[in-house]
Amino acid sequence: MSSISVAMTVNGTRVSESVPARTLLVQLLREQLGLTGTHVGCDTSQCGACNVLVNGRAVKSCTMLAAQADGAEVLTIEGLESDGQLHPMQAAFKEHHALQCGFCTPGMVITAIDLVANDANPGEATIRKYLEGNFCRCTGYHNIVKAIAAGAEAMRS
Amino acid sequence: MADNGIGASVRRVEDDRFLTGRGTFTDDIDRPGQSHAWIVRSPHANAKIKSIDIAKAAAAEGVLAVFTGADMAADEVGSLPCGWDITNRDGSAMKTPPHPPLAVDQARHVGDQVALVIAESRALARDAAELVAIDYEPLAAVTATAAANKPGAPQVWDEIPDNLCYDSGWGDEAATDAAFKQAAHVTTLELINSRIIPNPIEPRVAIGEYDAGNGKHTLYTTSQNPHVIRLLMGPFVLGLAEHKLRVVAPDVGGGFGSKIFHYAEEAIVTWAAKKVGRPVKWTAERSEAFVSDAHGRDHVTTAELALDRGAKFLGFRVRITANMGAYLSTFSTSVPSFFCTSVLGGVYTTPAVYAQIKAVFTNTVPVDAYRGAGRAEANYQLERVVDKAARELGIDPVELRRRNLIPSSAMPYMTPMALEYDSGDFAANMDACLKAADYAGFEQRRAAAAKQGKLRGIGLSVYVEAAGLGPSHLAGKLGAHAGLYESAEVRVHPTGSVTVFTGSHSHGQGHETTFAQVVSEQLGVPLESIEIVHGDTDLIPFGMGTFGSRSIAVGGSAIMVACDKVIAKGKKIAAHMLEAEEANIAFADGVFSDSASNQTLTLGDIALSAYVPHNYPLDSLEPGLDETAFYDPPNFTYPNGCFICEVEIDEETGAVAVVSFTAVDDFGTVINPMVVAGQVHGGVTQGIGQALLENCTYDGDSGQLTTGSYMDYTLPRADDLPTFAVEHNEIPCAHNPIGAKGCGEAGATGSTAAVINAVINALAPLGIEQLDMPATPHVVWRAMQAAKAAAAE
Amino acid sequence: MYDFTYHRPATIADAAAAFKACAEAQFLSGGQTLLPIMKQRLAKPANLIDLAGIAALRGASVDGQTVVIGATTPHADVAGAAEVRSTIPALAALAECIGDPQVRNRGTIAGSIANSDPSADYPAALLGLGATVRTDRREIAADDFFTGLFETALEEGEIITAVSFPVPKKAGYAKFPNPASRYAIVGVMAVETAAGVRIAVTGARPCVFRATSFEAALGASLSSAAALPAFPADGLNQDIHASAEYRAHLVGVMTKRAIAAAT
Repeated sequence: MSSISVAMTVNGTRVSESVPARTLLVQLLREQLGLTGTHVGCDTSQCGACNVLVNGRAVKSCTMLAAQADGAEVLTIEGLESDGQLHPMQAAFKEHHALQCGFCTPGMVITAIDLVANDANPGEATIRKYLEGNFCRCTGYHNIVKAIAAGAEAMRS
Repeated sequence: MADNGIGASVRRVEDDRFLTGRGTFTDDIDRPGQSHAWIVRSPHANAKIKSIDIAKAAAAEGVLAVFTGADMAADEVGSLPCGWDITNRDGSAMKTPPHPPLAVDQARHVGDQVALVIAESRALARDAAELVAIDYEPLAAVTATAAANKPGAPQVWDEIPDNLCYDSGWGDEAATDAAFKQAAHVTTLELINSRIIPNPIEPRVAIGEYDAGNGKHTLYTTSQNPHVIRLLMGPFVLGLAEHKLRVVAPDVGGGFGSKIFHYAEEAIVTWAAKKVGRPVKWTAERSEAFVSDAHGRDHVTTAELALDRGAKFLGFRVRITANMGAYLSTFSTSVPSFFCTSVLGGVYTTPAVYAQIKAVFTNTVPVDAYRGAGRAEANYQLERVVDKAARELGIDPVELRRRNLIPSSAMPYMTPMALEYDSGDFAANMDACLKAADYAGFEQRRAAAAKQGKLRGIGLSVYVEAAGLGPSHLAGKLGAHAGLYESAEVRVHPTGSVTVFTGSHSHGQGHETTFAQVVSEQLGVPLESIEIVHGDTDLIPFGMGTFGSRSIAVGGSAIMVACDKVIAKGKKIAAHMLEAEEANIAFADGVFSDSASNQTLTLGDIALSAYVPHNYPLDSLEPGLDETAFYDPPNFTYPNGCFICEVEIDEETGAVAVVSFTAVDDFGTVINPMVVAGQVHGGVTQGIGQALLENCTYDGDSGQLTTGSYMDYTLPRADDLPTFAVEHNEIPCAHNPIGAKGCGEAGATGSTAAVINAVINALAPLGIEQLDMPATPHVVWRAMQAAKAAAAE
Repeated sequence: MYDFTYHRPATIADAAAAFKACAEAQFLSGGQTLLPIMKQRLAKPANLIDLAGIAALRGASVDGQTVVIGATTPHADVAGAAEVRSTIPALAALAECIGDPQVRNRGTIAGSIANSDPSADYPAALLGLGATVRTDRREIAADDFFTGLFETALEEGEIITAVSFPVPKKAGYAKFPNPASRYAIVGVMAVETAAGVRIAVTGARPCVFRATSFEAALGASLSSAAALPAFPADGLNQDIHASAEYRAHLVGVMTKRAIAAAT
């Protein structure tokens, strides 16, 4: 089996691992690094449960080889808190009951943060459109949309 | 009300772990020494398995073992059981075919489990799985519900003629036939309740582990009801007694019914872990979920409504053919029969109701309960027919419903299907919903939409469910092999904090918060001093689990009863400590008080005394403050409500947009309005999904699943949906201590009819009377084309 | 996915050399199509040559009346690039409706067009705008590039380096997405250039094509008032989401909408 060495920064920590070449970024995160907050919900690159930020952009970590992330800065759901405080987007999700089973939640929060980086004050239609790559089966998105608007506001202030 | 007690929108205690990536879903668990399973699945819908050659696979890199159905049969592994027997109209028993975890000599649907490869990694297991050489002899297959029972249809089971599982009758056929003879008008509607793939975002996972030291098996699994899995899989499939089998369902990423059932993979990994002497983990790919998670719905129905001259409903009659798939999943047989037919009377005074249900086998994935199971199908049929009758008679659909609603003054109300509705004000729900949705202003909105080239429509649906499952004695009479109580253990610790062990598993419902609210209200203990534990058969006394909107009504009631027992025992302890008469001890807000002396003791004081029984009535009372209750409900609960949907249809493309959705629900006592509204949002979305987007289809010739991934199966996305307007009309359940009716399924139960009624309302000016779900752009466009062609003739 | 050997060359020459040296090699750009196919084990490259390390292949620029998009420029960058939005807003708009935000952050123009998926968006942009595909060997006109279902004029080992788009007088894109995959059931790029009108259609046939009957009806300009002939259903794709007749109808509707959207 063909192995490669990869090195990257994950949630602010330098990591380097030797993995089979066919290792996906999500497998590196979950299986090698124990960062199980990033989930896998589909195999067609659609559901978004695996979304993480790579160099500041939301990507599907199930559709990226670990090798492609060599040298990158990766931020996962585990890296969002600071000083034990929830990120404003995490806090908004809690306040607005934007999660039920919690499985899609990490990917949702990552996408929301990515959206706000592109649009600091997104309206409802923009939010709904930007969630095209994130499936939730529990909430009907109603509260997720509200939470993202509130989280964006909190991130502005 | 305590600040965080019943009725407060407490923010959820479980959220912090999910929001920070610290949840523990089954796939997050890795056991020491774990190996990985890959299941070889049939590519054929129906095929004899002539031979399986495992030699190459067994020799492949990293492979520990390769097993087939013959290996499991040699170990006398049993059949996955069906938990509900239905009796035929002629009194004979339904047909129950075997369901081995790995198919032995024939595969009966695409995705059927045929062989098992266990290797050091999932990738290696999958590599080796391609080396398992299976010689299949493909046979003709039948997948369509309507075709299965036709003469000459391919046979799923040689020993089951015409693919007929059962042909059962429900209700009073003679009375219903008589009602139709008297009718001034009969409305008939043939419709299909489309097939759904449940799609919780977490795929199923199972990890089997065997401890040779004590002979104990552990199964970690994505289940809504770990005790049910222990019971079904242990004694019935693997021959393991319960005390040697622990089933753990940790954080579970949604279920919607599909994680109720006992699946082959659970038995496979549990069995295999002992065979290979290492833990065995299986994680479903999404594409496997499509061909192995039990599907939902899939009924073909003829529904007839008989009305008198005043448009009062005289009788309702349905003939349903329901698809069971290739095997009988755990509760499959009960869904189109008991669960569907029991509520066919709906919210109406219809005196006579009869249903004939034929359940058929097909070469498809087994079909079982999906959110709203049976009741959603019933409501859809009924509310569609009522709308059609209104159109035929030229009566406003609201007015037709109003003439036939059961008045609140008639409660408790015995329906012709032998359910006793305990409470509900169906007219009040409808009136509130009409107001909230501005029904009166609709024609103006329709005219405004028309100027934009949009066809606007409005549709409503009134519903009642039988939920809060359910009285065990009744379920037993109806064929269930299970009891339907729930258990709770309320353990007050020596310094007054509380752990509650509940059989109601939480996989999105928020029990860890809402159950704690109940306990906080009952015992006066702050929320942060209460922990709700669920999902582990070694910790929980017993549990029937979470389905049928039963958690708060049954599980919550069990907690209430256990709390009552704690209070009752606490009063005895308080009476002793205060040297008071027990009858004079009152309990409120966490404090026991003696009305004679005004002395008080806190629950913490009592608990400490119970565990440090120095000043304690040891001669008459055991130490400790730990009470268990098994609550068996005396009746079902009857969540009810009204939904109104408005749609706009792009006349050029046929695309349907839901522009508003209003729900008014009576769930009885609401513990946490925020959480309950969330359940409605999610349930309604699944209904909108079925009505407009989702569709599971098979190719009729090959039996291949043509919607086998999210590339073809449309899961609702954020931009497919509106914001929802949700109101509660709380009329407490009259027969359970908590007053709650349950809220989990209502959204899915009532919404499909509201959406399709709205679509038909929009299209009716073109002469369109009937559409089946899902009303995709293509379906709507075709209907418009056909209507235009018909109009041009 | 199957095992493979991963290569990450730093130059186009190295990439070409790696391809030549390796058996069963395939180039990897953003991987948003290739990786899912490999995960399903429907593709089995023994060697995967990642082009992301070649800086020269990435970025959008304007050169006079030509917009040049580097081969490995992600869709999100095309959608967001000020120089694209100001010169060919329809191209930015098209890029913005590919896949979803995460796919747009990884998927690239070269990856899309090299795959020639019958329902991908970019082929309509190239064909409609009359783009030129630049490779390490030559330049290929879009009219010659897309040759069939998942087939292009690219030779074995040929590397797309950029796509150049002449700035049109105006252009608009309208897409009717597959409700599940969000690929185009029908997507139409309507373009008016000094040389006339080009109507490129994706999603409707096995390969992107120009609706010549519409071009003839429109003449020299994109006019909303023009009457378009009925589009024939013969030879159009059909699947569970749309019949050939429905697609034919949508070609007309989406063309009108693309014309209405054109700026």
